[in-house]
Amino acid sequence: MKAVFNPGDAVQVRRGSPPGHIRTPFYVRGCKGRIERIAGEFRNPEELAFGRFDAAKTPLYRVRFQQQDVWPDYNGNSGDTLDVEIFEFWLEPSTADKT
Amino acid sequence: MERDFTRRSHHDMGGLEAGHIKHVEHDYELWEKRVDAMLVLLTSKSPKLMSVDQLRKGIESLPPDAYEKMSYYERWIFSITQALQYNGLLTTEELSRKLEEVQSRFETEVV
Repeated sequence: MKAVFNPGDAVQVRRGSPPGHIRTPFYVRGCKGRIERIAGEFRNPEELAFGRFDAAKTPLYRVRFQQQDVWPDYNGNSGDTLDVEIFEFWLEPSTADKT
Repeated sequence: MERDFTRRSHHDMGGLEAGHIKHVEHDYELWEKRVDAMLVLLTSKSPKLMSVDQLRKGIESLPPDAYEKMSYYERWIFSITQALQYNGLLTTEELSRKLEEVQSRFETEVV
């Protein structure tokens, strides 16, 4: 499966909250960031969680967020970043300004 | 108060107050080591009998109160048991009979 996003692309995490086993932490849903790297492709863990061991492989990305974008009350350095590994189906293209 | 049972799962606590964390080392009980070893065998490739993601899903499905009160490996064995029942490796009857048998080894007289 070819990765849709490339390093540097602006993305936004979907706001979904489906039942099941979700690998995208709640605190980062809805946030905008940038692809830091493509981290390979792995079987969809949300399907593996239901015992479907032949679940399709899907690209995984390391996404870099500005801490200030993740935590509204963040009081650390303004340039601090946070990296989270997120599967492609949780990401949408974003028109965020270059960070 | 708005009641929202779906947005954030109880286990998904990143960013919330953690409270006091005890930094202490502890030894593992024999049964805890056995549970750990069992998961390694069950999730190995040949044959693959359950997935690590099933383990996580089962743990995350615990009600908040149980999630808080159960120990790390108690959560594991709860989830492993459920996965094996779900995947057809254990029937509930087999599990029930074995649990009774084991329990009977430890029956003590009430004084």
